[in-house]
Amino acid sequence: MFPLDAFHLARAQFAFTLIFHIVFPAFSIGLASYLAVLEGMWLRTGQQVYLDLFRYWVKIFSIGFAMGVVSGLVMSYQFGTNWGAFSDRAGPVIGPLMGYEVLTAFFLEAGFLGVMLFGMQKVGPRLHFAATCLVAVGTLISAFWILSVNSWMQTPRGYTIAPDGRFLPADWLAIIFNPSFFVRLPHMVLASYLSVAFVVGAVGAFHILRERPLVRAGKPPNPAVRTMFSMAMWMATIVAPAQILMGDIHGLNTLKYQPAKIAAMEGDWDSSGPAPEILFGIPDMKNEVTRYKIEIPYAGSLILTHTLDGRVPGLKNFPRADRPDSTIVFFSFRGMIAIGFLMAGIGLWSLFLRWRRALYENPWLQRAVVAMGPAGFAAVILGWITTEVGRQPYTVYGLMRTADSMSPIGTVGVATSLLAFIVVYAIVFTAGITYLLRLMGRPPVRGEPDHPAGQPIRTAGITPGPAGAVPEGASHDLHRPVLAE
Amino acid sequence: MMTQAYLLPIIWAGLIAFAVLAYVVLDGFDLGVGILFAIEGDREERNVMINAIAPMWDGNETWLVLGGGGLFAVFPLAYAVIMPAMYPTIIAMLLALIFRGVAFEFRFRTQSARGRVLWDVAFCGGSALAAFAQGLTLGGLLQGIKVTGRAYAGGWWDWLDGFTVLCGVAVLCGYALLGATWLVWRTEGALQRRNARAAEALGFIVLCFIGAVSLWTPLLNPIFYHRWFDWPGVALTAPVPVLVALLAWGFWVGLRRGHHITPFLCVIGWFVLCFAGLGISIWPMMVPPSITIWQAASPPSSQMFLLVGASVLIPIILAYTGYSYWVFRGKVGAHTSYH
Ligand code: HDD
Ligand code: HEM
Ligand code: HEM
Repeated sequence: MFPLDAFHLARAQFAFTLIFHIVFPAFSIGLASYLAVLEGMWLRTGQQVYLDLFRYWVKIFSIGFAMGVVSGLVMSYQFGTNWGAFSDRAGPVIGPLMGYEVLTAFFLEAGFLGVMLFGMQKVGPRLHFAATCLVAVGTLISAFWILSVNSWMQTPRGYTIAPDGRFLPADWLAIIFNPSFFVRLPHMVLASYLSVAFVVGAVGAFHILRERPLVRAGKPPNPAVRTMFSMAMWMATIVAPAQILMGDIHGLNTLKYQPAKIAAMEGDWDSSGPAPEILFGIPDMKNEVTRYKIEIPYAGSLILTHTLDGRVPGLKNFPRADRPDSTIVFFSFRGMIAIGFLMAGIGLWSLFLRWRRALYENPWLQRAVVAMGPAGFAAVILGWITTEVGRQPYTVYGLMRTADSMSPIGTVGVATSLLAFIVVYAIVFTAGITYLLRLMGRPPVRGEPDHPAGQPIRTAGITPGPAGAVPEGASHDLHRPVLAE
Repeated sequence: MMTQAYLLPIIWAGLIAFAVLAYVVLDGFDLGVGILFAIEGDREERNVMINAIAPMWDGNETWLVLGGGGLFAVFPLAYAVIMPAMYPTIIAMLLALIFRGVAFEFRFRTQSARGRVLWDVAFCGGSALAAFAQGLTLGGLLQGIKVTGRAYAGGWWDWLDGFTVLCGVAVLCGYALLGATWLVWRTEGALQRRNARAAEALGFIVLCFIGAVSLWTPLLNPIFYHRWFDWPGVALTAPVPVLVALLAWGFWVGLRRGHHITPFLCVIGWFVLCFAGLGISIWPMMVPPSITIWQAASPPSSQMFLLVGASVLIPIILAYTGYSYWVFRGKVGAHTSYH
């Protein structure tokens, strides 16, 4: 365990709040794009199914988004409360990037979110579609800036260092488009899309499984459920391999710019070439060995250098004080990769079943997809742990140590705030996830209502509801089992 | 000498002040509506109250992110000093905003009456605590923050005393008043009448608080005293009480005659004046008593880089924020109001 001083508690607090935060942005980024696609399809084809799916997922989106907003607010203030020295020194470089994130992304999302959630009746379908697209674009712009910030902390460029230690901007383009940004942004966006694909797929699969006995007995299948399952499986088929490719490119980039991180991810102690790939083992930081190794010869060189005998760095090349903790990143990295290959496997399997015209008939595929529902988020968290723990002991790689980044705050205070965050997050996010699962546990229905029962966002007067809107009271009841209809 | 290094921090101090003021007024009314849950027991009426702010609250809160993020970007030293100094109030505010933000969604999702009551309590309590913590933060900043080198040099509870608590309660009541007048504007019937009555009482209380804080502030620090009562400051401070009184007259006449929007606008006027008073006091300090806006500033290249974007984007943001307020204009009813 780590010592319970202010420094380690502050790190624990940052890690804890960020791990909670990142799940919701990943969900919002993927789902916002999916919603834009659904609404676009509805406008183009006029098929009810797409509108039903849109209305079904938009309710889920609004809960996830709210949790993203409140957990994100915490992040932006925590830089100051806990990492004051870092803020003072790195602020001139990364502060403006985060400022641009607020101006270009957060306001865009927030400005059109109200219209997207509550405004269909008020602005008509076309303007409403524009609002949905703007929210989706906002989430992507947000990813652009925050990943630029994070990538700069990993591979800083375009700065000079003032006599008082502050980083001063010298070349903004070099700062924003720093060397690891180009791989980190696509990898993260694909990760969000995959995560959401598996959530959507899992919900579809769950309801296909549930209605199986009824369909066998002659009831027509729910088209919305099948459509979402099929869409999700296309995403898995196409995006999962793309993500593996992108991950490979990411690894090459890290080898070039952060070799110590790669050595820690691989559990390699001595630089070697040709290097084996350690499939499994337990890195021991104290004794500088990786125990219980299972290795594949040449594979390490092949993966990292794309040649059979390329040299791969080892942790012993770096002074002890500059080594990231291999025990953590070795496992987090392998966890992420395992999930990536499982996802690609599901994609291939679904493609095969699709070709055999049995996509909806094989319960084993559906069970596997249900089990993989949360896998994307697990991979996102594991990926970030690899990235961040692997950057240690620096906040700005090679230039500013985490130990020098702290605010002058005491142990008791940080312990209290960490405890408060744990308690509050436990309550709030348990409740939120319960409500999300409850919404997902109910299948979409034909004429899916716009707002759930008791959530009456109508403004009296001015525009009357359009014809065809769901009449008051009809199917507004969220909690009635709809299966039997 | 009018160099960039001199001018840019002034422009940015103005922009950050604008963001904070926008935040206070906008999130102020929706936090205020949350606070007023305490005196509104009826479930239907509470739904109407929520509906009167649901489409806007997220946008309103974004001004808080701009205030904090802007500070980080263009006055990083101030950000790095104020946040640790006010650690407990900032964390309390964040936790309160978490509860309140999710309660918007969650209160419609619970299946039990008890769950609903719990989320209503979270909504009301979160709004009140967030408002109180913001007042404490303001008070703590005005009082002054101890600095050595480039870091905060005080303890956990340095900010806590009578003045900060006074500011906390004042902001709490001020937001409640903003909320009440917003509801007078946007609702009708019994709910509107009840809020008009609440606004009348709150208006009186808030005026007392404005008086108390104004009398206490110049005593905190001789600099403030001289600012307010010496030439040329007095030319700016002297009209303030007169304007407050004029707005008070508009506020009461508006309420009595049943004007819907006048009371809200008058209360905004009070907030603007108080804010101007604050500005006069601490100018050109960023962190009283020792860090000026020039010392806190990031280098001109950082400030310039963000300014280019801000000067294009802020007008656009204001335009589409205005559009979304316009989409949701008019009186808010319960869900039976049409179809
Ligand atoms: C790759 C994406 C990503 C990453 C790595 C982060 N965020 Fe985030 N953030 C988003 C993507 C996002 C988003 C998709 O744009 C969110 C999620 C839901 C939402 O409302 O916007 C968001 C919300 C969000 C908000 C609320 C915005 C609002 O009021 O609308 C803030 C203040 C932050 N984030 C700040 C941060 C900070 C300080 C981070 C790092 C330390 C961070 N985010 C990591
Ligand atoms: C959103 C996904 C992210 C996750 C899950 C994440 C996770 C983590 C973790 C686990 C740590 C602790 C490392 C350790 O204690 O060894 C950490 C530290 C840190 N991260 Fe990240 N991170 C994320 C994104 C970011 C971004 C986008 C930034 C910058 C804008 C950032 C800045 C920091 C800083 C300043 C620390 C300092 C504390 C420390 O190094 O321990 N992180 N993060
Ligand atoms: C087998 C396929 C994959 C490979 C080879 C791979 C490789 C990598 C590498 C090398 C890093 C960078 C660590 C660093 O140097 O900072 C990384 C980070 C990350 N990975 Fe993966 N990854 C794979 C699959 C996935 C999947 C399936 C997801 C999520 C659904 C995912 C999500 C992430 C995230 C969120 C990060 C942190 C952000 C970043 O640095 O881009 N990865 N991955």
